[in-house]
Amino acid sequence: MDFGQLLAIVIGCIFVSNYVLMRYLGLCPFVGVSKDLDSALGMGMAVIFVMTMASLATWLVYTYILVPMGLVYLRTIAFILVIAALVQFVEMVLEKTSPVLHRSLGIYLPLITTNCAVLGVAVVNVDEFMVAGIPRNASFIYTVVNGFSAGVGFTLALILMAAIRERIQLDAIPKPMQGIPITFILAALMALAFLGFTGLKIA
Amino acid sequence: MQSILVKSVVALTGLAAAFGAILAYASRIFVVHKDPRVELILEALPGANCGACGFAGCHGFAEAVVKGTASAETFCPPGGNATMARVAEILGKEAAQLVPMVALVHCAGGLSNSAQRLSYDGIEDCRAAVLVGGSPKSCVFGCLGLGTCAAVCPFGAIAVDAEGLVHVDPKRCTGCGKCVDACPVRIIELVPKDMRVHVKCSSHDKGPVAKKVCTVACIACQLCVKKCPHGAIRMDDNLAIIDYSKCTNCGICAAVCPTSAITDEVKVRPKALIGSKCEGKGRCKEVCPAKAIEGEPGKRHEVIRDKCIGCGLCLDACPTRAITMVGALGPQKERE
Repeated sequence: MDFGQLLAIVIGCIFVSNYVLMRYLGLCPFVGVSKDLDSALGMGMAVIFVMTMASLATWLVYTYILVPMGLVYLRTIAFILVIAALVQFVEMVLEKTSPVLHRSLGIYLPLITTNCAVLGVAVVNVDEFMVAGIPRNASFIYTVVNGFSAGVGFTLALILMAAIRERIQLDAIPKPMQGIPITFILAALMALAFLGFTGLKIA
Repeated sequence: MQSILVKSVVALTGLAAAFGAILAYASRIFVVHKDPRVELILEALPGANCGACGFAGCHGFAEAVVKGTASAETFCPPGGNATMARVAEILGKEAAQLVPMVALVHCAGGLSNSAQRLSYDGIEDCRAAVLVGGSPKSCVFGCLGLGTCAAVCPFGAIAVDAEGLVHVDPKRCTGCGKCVDACPVRIIELVPKDMRVHVKCSSHDKGPVAKKVCTVACIACQLCVKKCPHGAIRMDDNLAIIDYSKCTNCGICAAVCPTSAITDEVKVRPKALIGSKCEGKGRCKEVCPAKAIEGEPGKRHEVIRDKCIGCGLCLDACPTRAITMVGALGPQKERE
């Protein structure tokens, strides 16, 4: 395990290959839940939580069930199963242990079940960290860190978007461009801006 | 080949069964005992989350009502009495009944009635417009017509017309009061839904000033105060104010108002009709505010239909009960 590598994963997930703006995953909540800052923050926190947990759970399933049985080609369907069950479980635990947190995150959790960014993180984990040459304990830590920072990157993009959308709310936007169309243009410009991070290298 | 098939089916089925078992077990451990009445009440509420009740959304209201922490005045204005009756039924309590309210804009000075003082070209929001240079209208009390109230209305009940005037659709308005708080010139008021006669002006300017800037302004002539048979109108700093607890919708004030600042929304009022029982005592002639009754003492009096405003004052004044009100809906013995 290498701390330089960990830093590279964190910076990479948040800026260089941001899951929303560079990999174009999870665009549905990116457009849908970015109307105001409060709900964007709530959704972001829920995504960070679920991505971290999902990375952990999929690593366990992949390493201890799929690889030994030689069924790695079934990873997509297995991961969907894991993520759906996990979100359901987390919702139950939250409702019992922390009603306040459940009230603020609760409505976003079912949304996340079908969020492709969560599945995307799990698949990227497999491709990048669960390959030959990386020891098991290192790959576990890389995976969890990757899931967490992917969530942070998603939250950053969501909050930036929500902040911009709040600012342009009173602007004189032509009627046909109001709402979703101007949001798409915003997303494109933000993706262009994030392109500036390409080539950033952590030595 | 066969082994791959068996392996994959076993692995995925096993995985699914394991997760199923975990979830089933978890649902037992982490079961939350919820009061089913909260869900029932939530269904009975309008679900607009407007906050007019004073709680954070409909869920907060439902929980407070069930817990009993809500005070006696807790009421859902958008849902009205019907919703509160449902809620009371769920809780097994007596329902509080309130008069349904509706928002009313105290201004009728549109672009053609009221002159513009300056041309405002900024953000389409009344609050922003008031901040930069005061109201763009010559009448600083009047409606700005930029639609801040329409934007905050959760029920889509408010519309701004081409005249720059705000109209409230009483069918959609639920009396939640969001527009009342949003209006920067505070000209929106919640009034009882069955009231039909309103002062459509908020100007506290003196008569000549008010008249100069708007043709439909209240000029504080006090005619309505003098003519109101129920003492329901008072002058407050050059503006007529109707006391809705005394008003009977008779419409006399609207008929006498020289600038039409008082509007009467009753479309067709019944007319008085004097029957054969009339002994010509002339009491009706004395009380008629529109001078619509003629006749000599001792003989049967007559109503001039074009002048009658249907206020019904003569009905109560007649000692022989000879007068009936005849309206679009047919003869009406007593006016409501």
